[in-house]
Parts: sequence; C-alpha cells; structure tokens
Amino acid sequence: MIIYGVALLSLCTLAGMFIGDLLGVVVGVKANVGGVGFAMLLLLFLTDKLKRRGHLVPTSSQGIAFWSAMYIPIVVAMAAQQNVAGAIKGGPAAILAGVLAVVITFALIPLVVRIGASSYVPAIDADVKA
Amino acid sequence: MNDINTILLGALAKNGLLTAFAVVGATMWLSYFLSARFTRGHLHGSALAIIIGLLLAYIGGIATGGTKGIVDIPLFGGIGLMGGAMLRDFAIVSTAYGANLGDMRRCGLSGIVSLLLGVILSFIIGAGVAYAFGYTDAVSMTTIGAGAVTYIVGPVTGAAIGASSDVMALSIAAGLVKSVLVMVGTPFFAKAIGLDNARTAMVFGGMMGTTSGVCGALAAIDAKLVPYGAMTSTFYTGLGCLLGPSLLFFATRALVGG
Repeated sequence: MIIYGVALLSLCTLAGMFIGDLLGVVVGVKANVGGVGFAMLLLLFLTDKLKRRGHLVPTSSQGIAFWSAMYIPIVVAMAAQQNVAGAIKGGPAAILAGVLAVVITFALIPLVVRIGASSYVPAIDADVKA
Repeated sequence: MNDINTILLGALAKNGLLTAFAVVGATMWLSYFLSARFTRGHLHGSALAIIIGLLLAYIGGIATGGTKGIVDIPLFGGIGLMGGAMLRDFAIVSTAYGANLGDMRRCGLSGIVSLLLGVILSFIIGAGVAYAFGYTDAVSMTTIGAGAVTYIVGPVTGAAIGASSDVMALSIAAGLVKSVLVMVGTPFFAKAIGLDNARTAMVFGGMMGTTSGVCGALAAIDAKLVPYGAMTSTFYTGLGCLLGPSLLFFATRALVGG
C-alpha cells in the first residue's frame, strides 16, 4: 500500500528531526543539528534493508517516489516565500558567492579524478561506453 | 459580478494548499515550456521555475511590504504550507530513496574526496564572500556559505540555526547562481577537464553537487552520464544538510564568535 511508503518516509524524517534536536541540546545550540541529513541516511539504510528482504514492494515505494517527484515544486513554493525584496540589496554577494564556488571547485575536478584512480572498479563503466 | 469574484477568491483562499498546488503546477508548466522553447533545454526547467518563484516572492514583497514574499498576499497563503519547513524537509529526505549504498562504494576514494572537498570548499568561499559583504555574524555567514553549497542546503541550514529570511533568500540566490552557471557553463568546458566518462562524471557531481545543475549539464554533454553525476550529487545535498548546521556552523562560530 502506498501509505506504507509515506509512513516509512515520515518515520525517517521524524526520527531524523528528533536526533537533530537532541544533538542540538547536547552540544548546546538552539538548532536542529543535521536532522535532514540523518533522516536521509536512515531512509537510505532502511529502504536498502527492506528491499533486500523483499518487504518494500513497488506500490509501497510509490509513496516515497511521489514526494521525491514533488521536491522541485516544493522548492519553488519555498523560493516564493523568501524575503527576496529584502535580499536584493545583497544581490552582488549572492552572485559572487555562487560564481566563485563554481569556478574554484570546477577547476579542481581534474586533480580529484586522479585520486585513487588505480583502485577504481569500473563496475558500471561498460554500459556507458557501449 | 463583484459577488462572484468575492466568492471565488474566498474559495481559493479557504483551500490554500490546493490553490498552491495549482499555482506552482502552472509555474512549472510555464518554466518547462520556456526552457524548451527559448533555451532548447540548456537552462533546465526546474532552475527557471525557482527563478520565477523568487520573482513572485519579490513581487509579493514589493506589493505588501511584508517579509514572506508571495505568502503575504492572502490568496497565496497556501504556498507557505507547501514550501514550509515541514513539507520541504519531507520532500528532501525522500530524494535519498533510489540512491543505493553499493553505488556509494563504487564511487571510490575520489568520489568521497570530491564530496567532502566540494561541500567544504564551496562553504568556505560562500562564507568568505558573505563576510566581505558585511554579513559578519556566524549565523549569516554559515547560511550564505551553505547556500553556496546548494540552494537546498542553504535554507535547511538557515532554518536550523535561526537565520533571518533575507539572509535565507540570499543563500538561495547564491545556490541558484551556482546551479544555473553549472548548467549553462559546463558544456563549454567539458572537454578541458575530460568530462566524458562515468568516473569524471561522478567526481563532477561530487564537486559541484547542485543536482539540477549537474543533471542539466550532463544531459547537454552526454545523457548517458546523467545517472553517475546524479548519484554523487544526491549524496552531496545530504552531506551538506548534515554538515551545514553542525560542524560547519560550529567551525564558523569558533572562528568569528557570536
């Protein structure tokens, strides 16, 4: 049932938020520390496990896939409620931050590709070249 | 006639979330139409949709003088729920589904290095620029730095550590600039960095991280490379959401105080 997938996703998100809030209290900040990240890891591990055991049937996973497909529309709704008028005065900062981040990390790609090149297992390379 | 208008507006406002679905759906359709018709898909529809979203927020802010963009117009109140923290985090978490752990191992050492380096370096650059522009408090620096990671990591981090809405908007804009630049610029420089195989595509995804930018760029270079870049860039957002409000925030706070 689709609700099983939605419920699993909800449980992972809630658990992640709980861990994040808990961690915030432990380290003494009024913040949710990495809750979304923990929730993603949790979902990754649980769906992997359930799939392997054959418990996660396609209809259940549709409950997760639906929200995954709603991700960009929700981000659009999120963008539409920001204080853009207030941020306009900081426009050059946003542009510079974005441009510099791209240029510098992009230039480093050939260097990083070389790291561990010999130990790389081209497991799925074959069908790319085909 | 006036009565019908009042009734219609009332119905739309009362069913805010449904109105939001319809409005955002229309925005998405328009963006994908414009993307295909005028940029031949080079500027991905999703990036265009987010730009339109920011534009709507700007119009809302100017029209009402409020701080919550289009949501300050009562008719569009439902967009506040649709794009609010709860559904946003829910949808972001759902994107982890479909990535699998075996793939992560297959990325190898350079995949992991690219992820860490990509997130941390982008963050330092973003936070540094924020500092240069006078955003010298730890919360603003972290939020804008996280925005330079991706436009998702920015607001997730900002919301977690209590950043103001204009700083959040700035961090989304920084991430958006990054996404659009990766999407539009990469095809021109693909040859220069040898971006024509699965392995480099994975490193590319890990270094740049912005999923829409990476997928858009790879689709323009060679559609067969898309899954490889998408794989690492999915982990990138997760890693950013994990590190942003924690390690990176603490490090920034330790450095500048407050």
